[in-house]
Parts: sequence; C-alpha cells; structure tokens
Amino acid sequence: MSNGAKAGDVICSELIELASADQNILAVTSDSRGSAALNPFATALPNQLIEMGIAEQNSVTVSAGLAHSGKRPFVFSPASFLTMRSVEQVKDDVAYSNTNVKLIGISGGNSYSVLGATHHSLQDLAITRAIPNLEVYMPADQYQTRALIQYLSKSDQPAYVRIGKKVLADVYETPAAAFKAPGKGNLIYDQGNDVTLVAAGETVRIALDAAQKLTNAGVGVKVVDLVSVKPLDQDLLNRVADQTHQIVTLEEHSIYGGLGSAVAEALAQRGDTAVHILGFPDEPAIAGTQDEVFGYYGLDADSVKSTVTTLLNK
Amino acid sequence: MATTKELKLKAAELRKATWQMIYRAKTGHTGSDLSCTDILVALYYQALNQTPETFKDPNRDRYVQSKGHAVEILYNVLADRGYFPKSDLLTYSQFKSPYIGHPTNHINGIELNTGSLGHGLGLSVGIALAGKLDHRDYHVYTLMGDGEQAEGSVWEAAMSAGNYQLDNLTAIIDHNRLQISGPTVDVMNSEPLADKYRAFGFDVIEVDGNNIAELVSALTTKNTPKRPKLILADTIKGKGISFAENQASWHHRVPTETEYQQGLDELDEVIGGLKNE
Repeated sequence: MSNGAKAGDVICSELIELASADQNILAVTSDSRGSAALNPFATALPNQLIEMGIAEQNSVTVSAGLAHSGKRPFVFSPASFLTMRSVEQVKDDVAYSNTNVKLIGISGGNSYSVLGATHHSLQDLAITRAIPNLEVYMPADQYQTRALIQYLSKSDQPAYVRIGKKVLADVYETPAAAFKAPGKGNLIYDQGNDVTLVAAGETVRIALDAAQKLTNAGVGVKVVDLVSVKPLDQDLLNRVADQTHQIVTLEEHSIYGGLGSAVAEALAQRGDTAVHILGFPDEPAIAGTQDEVFGYYGLDADSVKSTVTTLLNK
Repeated sequence: MATTKELKLKAAELRKATWQMIYRAKTGHTGSDLSCTDILVALYYQALNQTPETFKDPNRDRYVQSKGHAVEILYNVLADRGYFPKSDLLTYSQFKSPYIGHPTNHINGIELNTGSLGHGLGLSVGIALAGKLDHRDYHVYTLMGDGEQAEGSVWEAAMSAGNYQLDNLTAIIDHNRLQISGPTVDVMNSEPLADKYRAFGFDVIEVDGNNIAELVSALTTKNTPKRPKLILADTIKGKGISFAENQASWHHRVPTETEYQQGLDELDEVIGGLKNE
C-alpha cells in the first residue's frame, strides 16, 4: 500500500488514460492547468485541453456548448471561483440544460489557507447541493478519486467534484471498495454504537484518527465516508442512526448548508437522533497552514475526540 | 428558395400569431418579439440548415436564442416550421405547460435553455468549438439583445470566439436601442458596438434588421476564414404595430382589448397588401 497521493495528480493520470481512449473527453481550464496538475495532460493530449483564460463563467458556459455537441468536458478551476463566480452558469447551462459537464473544483475548502477568504471555498457544498440535477462528490483518497473519475467519464450526469491540494493518506485499498455508485457512502469503521462520525473528502482521515482515539478510550464509534454528498446515502444514515442515535459530522466547509446540514436534513424527521455539526464558523477563516486552521476550529483528531467525549457525557 | 415577398408575408403572419398568443395568454415580451421577427424569419426560412427531421443530426446548423425573453416569436416560428403542432401553443404559459416564458430544451427545436442574459454567445462558442474539433462544417447562430451587451459574460465569450478564430459562428444583435428602463445609451451605453466587436476579432456587418433581403444576404454570406461574424441588425422595437414601435414601455406589455383589435387590423392590412402585391 502506498502512502497516499494528491487527488489532482490522480485525476490527471486517470484522465489521460480515459481521454486517450475517448477523444470526446476534454479538460477545460481557466489558466489553471498548473494548479490543477494538468500539465501532463496538456503534454500528452494537447488537442484535448481547452484553455479559456481567466474567465470561469465562460469556461462553464462554453463547456455546456461543447457537451451539447457530444463532448465530455471536465472543467478545472479553483472551487471558489467555479462554484461561486460561475454559479449561475452551473445552474442554467449545466444543471438546468442537462449538459454533460463535470465540474472539478480544485484547491477546495481551506486549501489556499493564507491566501485568504477570496480563495477559500467554504460555501460550495451549500450552493451546489441546492441545484437540481447536479451530483456532488468529495473523494477521500487516491482510490476513491480514481474510481470516481472512471464513473464520471461514463456517466451522462452533470456533477461537481471538490478536491483539495494536499496529499491524501490512503483510506481504502482498492478503487472498487472506495466508490460504488452515486448515493452510496461507505461504513469504514464499525467499533460500537455510542456515536457515528460522518465525514467526506479530507475530513475522512481525521474522523478515522479520532475514531481510533475514541476506541482506545472505550467509546463505541462508527465512521461513515459519505463521498456522495448528493445524492445522499439515506439508507446508510438511517442504519447508523438506528444503532447510535448520536451523529457528529466533520467537514471542511461552513457549518451552514454543507455536509452537516445534509445529514441533519436527512435525519431530522426521525426525532431520535442528535446531529452535531463540526465545521468552519460563520466568519472568514483565520490565517495559518491548513493544519493550524483545522486545529484552531476544533477539526483535528484530538479536538474531535474531546468534543465527542463531552457530548456523550452530557 | 423563398422569395423576399413570401418571407415578408411569413413575417407579417408570424407577427399576427405572436400578437394573438400574447393577448390570449396575457403575458409576453411583445416589443422584443416584434423587433426580431424578421431576423428569425431570415434564419429559419432561409439561412439555417436545419429542419424538424434533422434537429438531432450532428451536422445540423444550430441556433441559440440568447435573448430568451423573445420566446413567443420563436415558438411561433418553430410551430410554423413543423417542430411541434401549432395547437400546442394554446397552452402557452398555462399551468404545467412546457411552453413557458423562456426557451427550454424540453421543446423540440430548442437547443439549450436560455433566459438569463449573457449566456447564448458562450454556449455558441462551445458548440462552434466542438464543430472545429470534430471537423464538421455546421454553422452556429446566436441572437442577442443590445441591452444584453452590458453583461460581462458576453465579452468573455466574444474574446474566446476571437481567440479560437471561430469562422463557423455568427452572432446577431437585435439593435433596437431600447431596453426595459428606456434607451440603451441612457441605461448603460454599450456603444460603439461595431467597433468593440471588431476589436474582439469579429467581422461586423451592419444591416437594416427589419429588411429581410438584407438579413438573408448577411446571414448566408460565408464568414471570412478564421473570423467570427457579428451582424449588427438595426431594428425597431415593436415593429409592425404603430403605437408599440420605438416604445420601451412595450417591452413586455400586453395589449388591452382595444389595442389588440387595432393591432390586429394593422397586421391584417399588411398581410392583405402583401397577398395582393
């Protein structure tokens, strides 16, 4: 087993393979081929890389036109610009017109850390989740990223994928175990029935580390990797709620409208399960490395363990 | 090949159908529809290589109506061309009807959903780019409003059309100089449009946008190699109804019963005159 990989590198290598076999697959960038790790794609398949310049709205709209004519564009742009500057293009030209465009939000969440709130995308899940006919994904490791890209290359459905910048430690051992289908999450840790940690993307690793610490402290804990933020795995959430009745969600996103909100919405009508949402507070994130910022907001494994312990002792 | 007289008659009949549809539904963008009627007639009855039978053919010409609010004239043109039964339009803007107030691709003949302004040129750039990548020789047409030129996304799209040298793309501006709040030069001056598009790499042809012969000629002239084309079509908003012409207030006004009858009389007179020519 390797030590991990960056999602962007995995997407690039997978896409080179897929696009070599299908010339309709295109990578569309907004002067972002470097930050999207697409330089190898540009070298290998220069005719299948469409450069749109620093114009995220037009990148999305042009991609919708390309898709309408049989192309399968993957649009790469920083998640913040792709989902917020271009949100109307995503809503109208992609989701509403039902064009086969895959939106790859790179450097998502707090990835750009000290570059400041202009570059953070801590609202993208809230926005994309509310758009009909748009799937939303957050891969947690290289295997899940690979499986997801393979699925997306065959699917005709509009989708948004949010990835970060850092090396993702491995969570899974094979692509097949990591991602099965839209609306399917994974129960990846199952050691008792006191609490379920629900995470997606980069917080899956943190949830697993926290779970290990909780197990060591005698707490019964499960971990769910949702990966498919929309559609949501309602069955899996119901199953873990049946057993634990205490859910703690963990996300690199505003506490409003993201993963925690999705889980709370899914379980609210049961009336028997508490959902505690851990994420970024309603303020521009403070400066620091991503790890420093996660620690500050209580999103590191030790803080999560301590929050869960407090919740269970109430 | 239809004669100019036949096309003029067609335009007059479509203006009448649109006027009737808006009065019946009590909603619609009257002035905008009448402004671009001649442009749509020149396109759909002469320039556009597309029929209901070839609408899904990958080699068909494409039309994207960026000024989606002028949907009533588009519906009437498509129905007359046989994309769907004319009787469908009796449901226009009614509960559960697919024939809503902006174009949707649930309707046969409509490529992509529009309505929010500033999207059509970018969509057309994507379609034209795909044509180049696939070495197909179809042509893409898009119709924008002049008020729409205030949208920044129009200029992102124009820049990319010039950058990619899309000589399979023709943009048309329905240049009636009025928008919902008044004269376009007063609301937000986007002139000189011809110079601006030339600077973005387009060939610009200025025509009388209510003159079908001029429109047909401009639309069917092949682009200069490696250059997208802009047809700046000088039009009259509300064209064909004397009291609606050049009135911003008729942007989306519905006629009263008296106005409706008067408008109908004027259109019938034009139709009668053309038939007797």
